[in-house]
Amino acid sequence: MKKFWGAALGALMVSGALQAGEVKIGFVSTLSTGGAVIGNDIKKAVDLAMEHIGGKMGDLDVNLMYSDDGFKPETGKQVTDKLVKQDGVDFVAGYIWSHVLLASRKSALDNGKFLISTNAGPGPVAGKLCNKNFFTTSWQNDQGPEAMGEVLNQKGVKSLYIIAPNYAAGKGMVAGVKRTFKGEVLGTDMTKWPTQLDFSAELAKAKASGAEGLFVFYPGKAGGAFMKQYQQSGLKSSLPLYTAFTIDALSLPKFQAAGFTDVIGSQFTGHWDPNLDNAQNKRFVADFKAKYGSYPSPYAAQSYDSIFLIKSAVEAVNGNLEDKDGIRAALEAVNYPSVRGKYTLNTNHIPMQPWYLREVVVGDDGVWTTKIVKTIHEGRADNYAKDCKM
Amino acid sequence: MDYTLLIVQMLNGLQLGLLLFLVASGLTLVFGILDFVNLAHGSIYMVGAFICASLTLWLGNFLLAVVIALPLTGAVGYAIEVLVARRLYDKDHLDHVLGTFGLILVLDTLAHMIWGPAGITVPLPAWLDGQVEIFDGAVIPTFRLLIIAVGLAVAGGLFWLVNYTKLGMLIRAGASNRTMVAALGVDIQTLFALVFALGAMLAGLAGMLIAPITTASIGMGGQIIITAFVVIIIGGIGSMKGAFIAALLVGVIDTMGRSFLDSGFALFMSRDAAETAAPAVSAMMIYILMAAILAFKPQGLFPPKVR
Amino acid sequence: MLKMNKTGWVTLIGMAALAILPPLLLLNGQAFYMDLATRLVILAIAAVSLNLILGFGGLVSFGHAAFIGLGAYAVGIPAYHSMWGGFDLIASSNGLLHLALAVGVSALFALITGAISLRTKGVYFIMITMAFGQMAFFLFQSLEAYNGDDGLTIDLRSELPFLNLDEPMQLYALSYGSLVLVMLLVRMIVNSRFGVVLQGSKGNAERMVTLGYNPYVYRLTAYVISGAICGYAGFLLGNFTTFISPDMMHWTRSGELMFMVILGGVSTMFGPVLGASIFILLEEVLSSFTTYWHLPFGLMLIGVVLFIRGGLMGLFKGKGE
Repeated sequence: MKKFWGAALGALMVSGALQAGEVKIGFVSTLSTGGAVIGNDIKKAVDLAMEHIGGKMGDLDVNLMYSDDGFKPETGKQVTDKLVKQDGVDFVAGYIWSHVLLASRKSALDNGKFLISTNAGPGPVAGKLCNKNFFTTSWQNDQGPEAMGEVLNQKGVKSLYIIAPNYAAGKGMVAGVKRTFKGEVLGTDMTKWPTQLDFSAELAKAKASGAEGLFVFYPGKAGGAFMKQYQQSGLKSSLPLYTAFTIDALSLPKFQAAGFTDVIGSQFTGHWDPNLDNAQNKRFVADFKAKYGSYPSPYAAQSYDSIFLIKSAVEAVNGNLEDKDGIRAALEAVNYPSVRGKYTLNTNHIPMQPWYLREVVVGDDGVWTTKIVKTIHEGRADNYAKDCKM
Repeated sequence: MDYTLLIVQMLNGLQLGLLLFLVASGLTLVFGILDFVNLAHGSIYMVGAFICASLTLWLGNFLLAVVIALPLTGAVGYAIEVLVARRLYDKDHLDHVLGTFGLILVLDTLAHMIWGPAGITVPLPAWLDGQVEIFDGAVIPTFRLLIIAVGLAVAGGLFWLVNYTKLGMLIRAGASNRTMVAALGVDIQTLFALVFALGAMLAGLAGMLIAPITTASIGMGGQIIITAFVVIIIGGIGSMKGAFIAALLVGVIDTMGRSFLDSGFALFMSRDAAETAAPAVSAMMIYILMAAILAFKPQGLFPPKVR
Repeated sequence: MLKMNKTGWVTLIGMAALAILPPLLLLNGQAFYMDLATRLVILAIAAVSLNLILGFGGLVSFGHAAFIGLGAYAVGIPAYHSMWGGFDLIASSNGLLHLALAVGVSALFALITGAISLRTKGVYFIMITMAFGQMAFFLFQSLEAYNGDDGLTIDLRSELPFLNLDEPMQLYALSYGSLVLVMLLVRMIVNSRFGVVLQGSKGNAERMVTLGYNPYVYRLTAYVISGAICGYAGFLLGNFTTFISPDMMHWTRSGELMFMVILGGVSTMFGPVLGASIFILLEEVLSSFTTYWHLPFGLMLIGVVLFIRGGLMGLFKGKGE
């Protein structure tokens, strides 16, 4: 107790003096619980980005602070409060989970901070809750499944069954695929998130529905569990699987270790792939592999981008962090080397970027990875932009 | 009504129920005989899953891994008994709840540090990885049938152990009268440790059986432990028969809720509302069942005779 | 000052520290520590309410977090409707309405669930209260209108006469004042004839029956009072966090409340407050050092159960007290 108040008073004296020559970035991610699968990959990418920029943005040193949201909206909000009020950060970045972002956004934005989501993109933040200081290096949740809906139409799939987790992102994913898919949706199961990992009842229903395809969204460790059960139920020939954010560089090594060859050839949509041909991506993927021995996930790619995005804004105002308008303008200009290549922002600050159909393949090094099959579209507005009044 | 679907879902419910029974049987043994509330029982289930998963990847053989992992999990249980549980028997239930809540945090964090957050996908031998067509159109994964078979076999074995062996007699006697058993010259401390280890092995076995389906992962214990408690409370603490019946009841109700509740709800609300409300309500059903049973039978379906 | 024992001094010093330090920190620009203190004081109210039945009544409720959640949603739901329309009956930002709803709904929930739960004893009671807590948890998960599992952001704080809860200092003053009042209330209840019967039936229910009292009625009354106070804590918590989710009602949260009471010391006045303080501060300090903070935290929990009799307040008890 004494020690604690001592520390508090100590911090009080230090914070009095203005910290010159430093840009503070609070990075909120999931470092505990099963959600840390994604969080750790993100942290690796951000650490790598820090290395690549030499820990500097212009003349300023970067003070990067990680916080753990514990996979819970409430904790996410608390750590965001702390970053904003106690640590006085200039930028708050990160956020894997849509419900955590929705709970935390006010804490950052009401205090005039820039909030940069590196993954979560629930509908409200793109629409009625959009904010001039909110940016994202990823996408709006519905966009991946919307692209998948188009792929399904092109393939001539007439009917679909959907299984997704019952939380903000799951609902967005379901809405997205329903929006573009022209056939009939024969049933939707929303499962408990993140606790339910046994999908026997849902798979049996999907099979009984007689649908021509099955669409699922299970990020992180649940994705592995789902894929395994899909394979065990022997539905591959009768009920082909289409996914969004379920198969990635995090689950593929586990599948390979378990000899789960069924996953090779699986198709899903994405806005980035380790094989994208641009200098920044080549450097990112090569160095990531060299440093950590695995392919980066899309989550890693987006988070790597976020550091370069912030850097471009800090340099645009010559390190004058008080120049909020200048920083905002620079963030809107998207003038940084992104691993996905060039892209622009819509009026609601959601990227307009190409979406690709990706497929699981055995890489040249024998490691299972992904490649791009084709471009689905070159960049479109999301469904919520019309509700955004900035 | 689609009868094929109904039967497949009954089998899924049976499989879930038997898995729950494996966890609950150990819990009810420890609870009934040692009078010890062990919230960390679920963490032992997780530890069993992880040990087996690591061994499977190392040895390349799932069944061999199970055979080795079982005694190892029993040893973990034995260690927990000696280090922590034994010192708590004399305290009241409140202390048990807290102490084992602490144990959950410790075991889960250790598992996170040792095995990482990603979890381990467990490969199965090809002959277990396929499906069986029970009759026309009713297809079920072979491995789920194996779980049903193992669950039934263990239930039979436990029934035999408790009712027809000397150990079972001591266990039953120890539950109702500790001093008497001690007076007969039985080392009650060792007996209790063995019961605890047996419970750990049962929970571990459940974890090993579920790992090839849902992967071995941190946090899996916290999800099953409360359901297992619901099972033994419904069944009556200490009653093996009660645990068996309650486990099947809970397994079938949970699966049926997930299967048919949304169609039921859709009769009087919009399809979308039904599809989002159904999972939460089906999750609530087992608690409603438990509260309803306790309201009429405050000591569960099969209350222990001597307490 | 009158002659006071050690426990009394600890209580006085602790309460004085809670009254003085957080406002000082806020004035020095340490808004975050004010937040921490506010959370601490609000959870202390909940812990004190739990102690009334757990410590003095011997009723181990493992579902008390449900009341916090109900109280918080009693703020969130009317505020949501007053902001976005619909459900005119309760759509309002009137704090007195929120307060009445929080306390009323919690008391009602306590009355119904208590009436059933109190038919059981011992571990069955622990588990049935947990079951009711889980029901509330899943009920709010299924309420799609209020974002289910994702939780609800409260855009408007309760509007109370003379108080502006948007001001951290005033919110803290209200919470702290409430804590003092609740402690006095519990002390009054415990020392009343009602409290004597309640405590008497904890040890020997049969004796109370022979004395002509019906323990069930006393226990149920205590349970309802406890639930209502805990719902009030939820009202404060909702206003403080401005974000509520079903997660607040999860059984692990009920476990944390129990832990606060036991860590501090059951059946003591200041114990739950001390327990809540240590809990919140430890969580804050440990989690800032390592992601794996649950490990030392868990070990400490086990240690407290194994080695400290009567919780931390037990350390301050002199001989013969």
